[in-house]
Amino acid sequence: MLARLGIEPGDEAYYAEQLSGILEHIDRLQQLDTEHIPPTAQVVEVASRLREDEPRPSLTQEEALANAPAAVNGFFRVPSIQEET
Amino acid sequence: MSSTWEIVIGMEVHVQPRTRSKMFCGCAIGELGDPPNTHVCEVCLGLPGVLPVPNKAAVEACLKTALALGCEIPRHTKFDRKNYMYPDLPKGYQISQYDLPMSVNGHLEVGGHKVRIRRVHLEEDTGKLVHAGDKLHKAWESYVDLNRAGVPLMEIVTEPDIRSADQARDYAMELRTLLRTIGASEADMEKGQLRAEPNVSIRRQGSEELGVKTELKNINSFRALHRAILFEVDRHRQVLESGGTVVQETRGWSEAEQRTFSQRSKELAEDYRYFPEPDIPPLELDPPWIERLREALPEMPAPRRERLVRAHGLPASDVAVIGADRELADLFEGAVATGAAAKQVANWIVGEVAPTGKLPSAANLGELVKLVTDGSITRDQGREVLAESVETGRTPAEIVAEHGFQQVSDESELRVLAQAVIDANPKAAADFRGGKKQAMQALMAELRKRAPQANPRAANEVLIRLLS
Amino acid sequence: MTDDLTRLTVKEAHRLLRLGSVSAADMVTAHVERIERLDPHVKAYLRFTPELWEKQAAEADRLIHEGESRPLLGIPIAIKDVLCVRGVETTAGSQILKGFRPPYTATAVQRLFDAGALMLGVTNCDEFAMGSSTENSSYFPTRNPWDLERVPGGSSGGSAAAVAAGEAMIALGTDTGGSIRQPAALCGVVGMKPTYGRVSRYGLIAFASSLDQVGPFARSVDDAAVVLSLMSGFDPLDATSSERPGMEVLNNYGAGVKGMRLGVPREYYDVKGIEPGVKAAIDAALAVLRMQGAETVDVSLPHTDYGLAAYYIIAPAECSSNLARFDGVRYGLSEVDAPNITEQYLETRRKGFGGEVLRRVMLGTYALSSGYYDAYYLKAQKVRTLIKRDFDEAFKKCDAIVSATSPTVAFPLGAKTQDPLSMYLCDVLTLGGNLAGLPGISVPCGTSDGLPVGLQVLAPQWGENVALRVARAYEEASQVTAQVADVV
Ligand SMILES: [Mg+2]
Ligand SMILES: [Zn+2]
Repeated sequence: MLARLGIEPGDEAYYAEQLSGILEHIDRLQQLDTEHIPPTAQVVEVASRLREDEPRPSLTQEEALANAPAAVNGFFRVPSIQEET
Repeated sequence: MSSTWEIVIGMEVHVQPRTRSKMFCGCAIGELGDPPNTHVCEVCLGLPGVLPVPNKAAVEACLKTALALGCEIPRHTKFDRKNYMYPDLPKGYQISQYDLPMSVNGHLEVGGHKVRIRRVHLEEDTGKLVHAGDKLHKAWESYVDLNRAGVPLMEIVTEPDIRSADQARDYAMELRTLLRTIGASEADMEKGQLRAEPNVSIRRQGSEELGVKTELKNINSFRALHRAILFEVDRHRQVLESGGTVVQETRGWSEAEQRTFSQRSKELAEDYRYFPEPDIPPLELDPPWIERLREALPEMPAPRRERLVRAHGLPASDVAVIGADRELADLFEGAVATGAAAKQVANWIVGEVAPTGKLPSAANLGELVKLVTDGSITRDQGREVLAESVETGRTPAEIVAEHGFQQVSDESELRVLAQAVIDANPKAAADFRGGKKQAMQALMAELRKRAPQANPRAANEVLIRLLS
Repeated sequence: MTDDLTRLTVKEAHRLLRLGSVSAADMVTAHVERIERLDPHVKAYLRFTPELWEKQAAEADRLIHEGESRPLLGIPIAIKDVLCVRGVETTAGSQILKGFRPPYTATAVQRLFDAGALMLGVTNCDEFAMGSSTENSSYFPTRNPWDLERVPGGSSGGSAAAVAAGEAMIALGTDTGGSIRQPAALCGVVGMKPTYGRVSRYGLIAFASSLDQVGPFARSVDDAAVVLSLMSGFDPLDATSSERPGMEVLNNYGAGVKGMRLGVPREYYDVKGIEPGVKAAIDAALAVLRMQGAETVDVSLPHTDYGLAAYYIIAPAECSSNLARFDGVRYGLSEVDAPNITEQYLETRRKGFGGEVLRRVMLGTYALSSGYYDAYYLKAQKVRTLIKRDFDEAFKKCDAIVSATSPTVAFPLGAKTQDPLSMYLCDVLTLGGNLAGLPGISVPCGTSDGLPVGLQVLAPQWGENVALRVARAYEEASQVTAQVADVV
């Protein structure tokens, strides 16, 4: 259920094969000694970018639901929320 | 509860900081019961291409809370993404904090017991789901309202230091007092501004090992918190004593049925795939900024309560009320500073001010208490004056003058009045003379009906003198 | 005459418009006519926006009449399908967003509208900007205007092809691993990726948030410079956008290369798979730059071999999270009548996402999962640090780095679609700039087998003016300028 992609059972092998080629290439990273190297998550120069606590107008309910595949009484409608087993 | 078991509780509390807008967008914070999807924009709806910008007031409220809890504030912090898909989570991830939270290692004293705080961090709330169908797991369709999505939340996590349901409730109440004192949150449980989620386990007395814990949700009041824990502890004990094992899971509290029920049948710990939020630059928590916030913090509830006892000699029952609310405590000390008697001021606050929630100025309350104490007006008149003073902001002296509330203490006038009352109630007068001291009550009542502005103490003295 | 209007640079068009010899309406007409003739072959556009261009052209003509001057007044532009425009269907080249009309406009686009630009339409791209050939579009592939049997590059292939074919004067693209520079090279136009944070990402449908940047396609370095400067600058809606003034990208950029040191990384110069014709074109370009007074120096980027691997962890990891919002609840394709929510998610995403998107979401999910985080995601971030340090070291020895943009010229349609890794290798010379957040430009530098070759110039962070300066000096001295392809 990882990432909820809905791969067809028959396609699994196809994707696995393609991914294995990429993963093999990626595995070259393990050759590098990075024990004392800090990670880089972002290359931004800015820090502490905060917004003043000032409300701005929201969308109307109609605008908010304009792109909705299914809406009922101002809500987005979704099918039954059932736990996976 | 068998004494061979020890209860171990850790608490996770989500608190909505006092802000005008959401955590990462400019939508106003809605009220309970607003029409669905009316406080939403492209950002909190998770439309494609939009970006979060963190709310400074939420960050400061979280830092103030952390400081008030004695936490360490690191130099750097950052936001992370917690990934999972659920219809109330528009982006498919919650922006939260993972390995570099805004603060760590604090504590809160609860009735002399120290509860260690593991961390206080900032995140965003999810939306709300309404289910069509009978129960959650039988719902045939659901409706999503995203007004709450993106509302800021502080998450306050304790170490497993709590040892009873009482302590858990007291911890939550003490936390509420603290949050209100520093102005970080209104922390109203009924409005969902403070949500306590205890995780409960029990172990054999003397054991060092922690038992399997269950996490309790859907708790909407301090009472429910207390009951849910009692129920859960008892359930654990029954399971264990009958040779079973407790399943680690999340359980909901049903207020209607007064029991907990399993919410997630299996606890395959979800892999949230946390990673640093690339859309928000790291936060530098500059020491001067933190110091400014620290200096602006008011006195904490615990030392203040201590002072109420030590400096003013208030009994515990008064301290419980006055010390639980910063505004009441400020009012108390302000009124006492005008020269009013401390215990009298406390009585007025506990009896008259706190129940209404409407506060007079400290100067006006002080003046009022003095007028009542020196007998210038009656207690009943005092109540009227208080209400009017709160309403209009005018001073008690002005109000008293206008209403002619000034009490009559003049001896000669009172004597005429008292004689008239005795003449009209010969039986009561005779009873009193005959030694029935309670008969005085009827005479006084009659006197005050005829002349409400009569000073009761002086009138009482005159009656006694005339009857002896 | 009208066809000539489609061959102009912004600078030339601006002059004609200001003089009143042509109107904004004429500009639109000329481009629409050319599009009608050529786009059935090139297929650069996904959809057109007459309601916008009519309004914008009328407004532009009114302003010109009133004597108002704005830098892009009356200039026809095309926008990649990942940049949201209020009320205009925006789909990121994907079925999952079919019919989606955003209630907001991307900041970069809005700034061009404010400067007077006219929007002609939405250009094709690889689905969610994942690809290097525009064959991953879920609608149709775009063709290279210089050879219709070949790809235009990608992912911004529609924008590059539109500018190359004279179907737009300017186009916007996005560059996460080379998606502006590589198609610019393959289509023979100028394409620039700015420093990370220079241009707001607000309204850009995210692929990999820490790498994505918006940038221009143009037929001259000057045009690219002007458009970039207009889009640049702080945006309160993007917390990662810089406060540096946008105009600084123009600082001194016309000063020529005399005295500049241009670094030639041997790992790029001799990159595996580089075509001899590409190498020859680059050698010639280096000679031209030396003749203009630049010095070329050897530099090294020792972790180049690891860049692709790091990129193909970081970008998929971020995309696996960024694409979680496409769940069929609030917009886009939806299997809303599925029996339960899990089925809705699965069916919606299986139907809505193409193969490359599924592949990368899987890869990224895997790289972030608890057992693999340290070995993959964290490792890749550390290698990102090493790659950034490589550039820092190299820039101690030179002012800018020059190389080919792509190891190859445009390849035939279908040549790499069966082998994802070979497609990924198209970006081997460009993705380092994204990992390190550097500005980079690709400028036409001749042909190989009749197909365009691009020269890439990378500069230190915030050194757009340096990259532009080298590119402009080359363009001026070489007389190699972007040509309009006469497709049929
Ligand atoms: Mg939480
Ligand atoms: Zn919002």
